[in-house]
Amino acid sequence: MTTAVNTLSSLDEPVRRRSFVSLLFAGPATVAGAIVIAVVAVFALCAPWIAPHDPNFQNLPAAFKPPSWLQGGTATYLLGTDDLGRDIFSRIVWGARVAGIVGLSGVAIGGCIGVALGVIAGYFGGIVDDVIARIADVQFAFPAVLLAIAVVGVIGPSLLTVVVTIGITGWVQYVRVVRAETLSLRERDFVQAAVATGASLTRILLRHVLPNVSSSVTVLATFGLARAIILESALSFLALGVPPDVPSWGTMLADGRQFLDTDWWLGLFPGLAIFVTVLGVNLFGDGLRDALDPQSR
Amino acid sequence: MTAFLVRRAVGAVWVVVGVAVTVFLILHLTGDPAAVMMPPDATTEQVAAFRHNQGFDRPLWVQFGSFAWSALRGDFGDSLRHGEPALGLALERAPASLELAFSALALAIVVAIPIGVLAALRRNSLLDFVARVFALIGQSAPVYWMGIMLILVFGVQLGWFPVSGIGGLSHLVLPTITLGLFTMAQLMRLTRSSMLDVLKSDFLRTARAKGVRPLALLWHHALRNAWLPIVTVIGTELVALFSQAIITETIFSWPGVARLAVQAIVDRDYPIVEVVVILAALAFVGVNMLIDIFYSLLDPRIRYS
Repeated sequence: MTTAVNTLSSLDEPVRRRSFVSLLFAGPATVAGAIVIAVVAVFALCAPWIAPHDPNFQNLPAAFKPPSWLQGGTATYLLGTDDLGRDIFSRIVWGARVAGIVGLSGVAIGGCIGVALGVIAGYFGGIVDDVIARIADVQFAFPAVLLAIAVVGVIGPSLLTVVVTIGITGWVQYVRVVRAETLSLRERDFVQAAVATGASLTRILLRHVLPNVSSSVTVLATFGLARAIILESALSFLALGVPPDVPSWGTMLADGRQFLDTDWWLGLFPGLAIFVTVLGVNLFGDGLRDALDPQSR
Repeated sequence: MTAFLVRRAVGAVWVVVGVAVTVFLILHLTGDPAAVMMPPDATTEQVAAFRHNQGFDRPLWVQFGSFAWSALRGDFGDSLRHGEPALGLALERAPASLELAFSALALAIVVAIPIGVLAALRRNSLLDFVARVFALIGQSAPVYWMGIMLILVFGVQLGWFPVSGIGGLSHLVLPTITLGLFTMAQLMRLTRSSMLDVLKSDFLRTARAKGVRPLALLWHHALRNAWLPIVTVIGTELVALFSQAIITETIFSWPGVARLAVQAIVDRDYPIVEVVVILAALAFVGVNMLIDIFYSLLDPRIRYS
């Protein structure tokens, strides 16, 4: 990513260059976003060591324990327990892993499809471009959640289905942006020079086109990550997401829904986890976009 | 203009056909419809008879041909669960969904556009800051969590509004806010940035310099030009709105089309799923065509050729 950024900035603005990192973390909002992402990442990577309890261990006598700071709460269960006596904090920590896996792989699949189609459409143009544009139009008019529900409903819920579903519903944004950028890159001198010197097609696309669309793709991917996390929890909320034994924020929220009037912490904390994570990713994405594209400020 | 409209109409037909093919393929390729639709204790003969009755034993392209031919005449088959025409069932539920969608969209527009404009005019003021924070929160809070929290606070704790079903105006309040919030946040952000762009422009400086009164400046010069991106986003937001309606209708037990579709997917009631998806696509392309026409009214510079 850094190389791409350097390529871009050296092309466009050789004077008065600030380092990318200082540009990125100029605003407190971006820093806050980065901190949230870092915390979630640590939760996801080190879940077995951070979580005080087994996320699936059911301790029925300890069911519905309120958070530790409320009356009746104990220090053993920081954020209380759910209807089956499972530790909510431990489940949230493990849930970060599901959110991370689903988010990153969903974005990877959608990004790869979208960038590949976008580069092809923009570089070759003509009928290839038309066909890809038409397919994108169809995908665009198809409500993602409905498509996701249909796919998951038919194939059956599993982590893999959710990842694939999020991937195949999230590629359209990349196509539009990458296609437009490739269109203009194709006419640029350095690409024309590469064509003239007989560089192979693969080389032109991989060496000259792809690095120059990577900054927009990075920004799109960040917002795609936020979308993937929301979509995963929405699917889990509709009981079409990951299997029940996998601790997911969406599933926790759905389970906690029926106990809202008395035991609100069952639904509040997983919801907060989703909200804060998505907020963090969006904040970071905004900062990233501003740093990569000063025009958008 | 006519040529443009014809080309747009062809594009719209293609989108609807593409959506129809996609939903058909998803439903028919990813498993034997007969096996998932029959009760688990059905005998092999019963399954075979059902398959034959429904025509599932024919080649896929024949099935699609007959599906498409009937669909063109408005016949999407009978719901497997209710035994009534799927189109009728969907249309019966449509008014409830439209009521919710329109009130959510109206709420979003009425709140987001004035605040977005004011935030741009008073850049870096307290109002601008609050608007930006609100937009960020609205974009990041998942619809279903927002709905649940609204139910918890205004339905359960305060008891101000009913939390499920359809009825008078009071039933509409919480679902409308839940559904409208995301669109509101998007629109507010976009209105603000679109206005900021216009405010920077040369023609606005010229207008100000020649002494156009502030209100006229805002209305005739700034807003006229800021409208285009805003209207575009309202069009594309419709699909997102439908996706979120699925969840909103589920949470609030709203008897709309989206909830019907979710239930139909769970029940493997294919005709209903097909008809709802196709109706949604029709609505989407229809509204976006209207928006294209609206463009030329908003901006006389746009001449479709």
